[in-house]
Amino acid sequence: MSELFGNPLSQLLSLQRALSRARTGSLLDAVTSGRGAYPPINVFRDAGDYILVTELPGVARDAIDVQVHRNRVRLTGSKALNYGDETSMHRKERGAGSFDRTVTLPFSVDPDSVTAELQNGVLALKLSPPQEEQPRSIALN
Amino acid sequence: MSNATNEQLSVQEKQAHDSNGEQTVEGRFFRPLTDIFESPDALTVVMEVPGVDREDIDIQLDNNRLTVAARIGLERYGSLEPVYTEYEVGHFTRSFQLSSRIDSSRIEASVNDGVLTLSLPKTAEATPRSIAIN
Repeated sequence: MSELFGNPLSQLLSLQRALSRARTGSLLDAVTSGRGAYPPINVFRDAGDYILVTELPGVARDAIDVQVHRNRVRLTGSKALNYGDETSMHRKERGAGSFDRTVTLPFSVDPDSVTAELQNGVLALKLSPPQEEQPRSIALN
Repeated sequence: MSNATNEQLSVQEKQAHDSNGEQTVEGRFFRPLTDIFESPDALTVVMEVPGVDREDIDIQLDNNRLTVAARIGLERYGSLEPVYTEYEVGHFTRSFQLSSRIDSSRIEASVNDGVLTLSLPKTAEATPRSIAIN
């Protein structure tokens, strides 16, 4: 195997294990339209924030639209493939078309606090629950 | 050839890479979704490798066997705790046996929005020629 994969492989392994544990995660189950919609998403917790990550390879930056309203995040966009004329296809696995997916979160989001980052075809949205929904430590008397 | 965008995109589960037996190292590797098409003077390979930086892609051409290895950046996952998962994450690798003769000195590669495009120009003798009939 290529040396490229050498390190940090344990990091990949622990991430993959953590991801498969979260396959049964219940964060969105009760409220979202369910698994199987495009694009598939992963949700991570980072301190008090939630990071929603999705892979959109080949979708141009200006072809993605993200809307946040109360506890809903809507991702819409389209992906086009263009191969020019005078070509013969040997293999065709990539899909093209449009997508429209709404994710309902178990908390409301302050739209002003949302940040979106698109890098190498991976979209990451940072969603912060409002202050009053954050857990607080209670001092014992 | 251009695809109309009025159809809906559907989810394609990532396929584990398994063509050459098991890897010695643990962890899952995936086969990137790939389109390959041929024009009279070149073969073009388009691979989806979301989450991979351009410097983390390794392309080898050995005896007409093209091998692409792409490593995703794990740094961003550092302190994150997954709470809900719909897709798997892992490095990508795939190889193809090429039939046309490729001029390896003129191969060009570019990465855009998580998509690797490889242009493999054919050698002069592999380019089709019209033969005039006397």
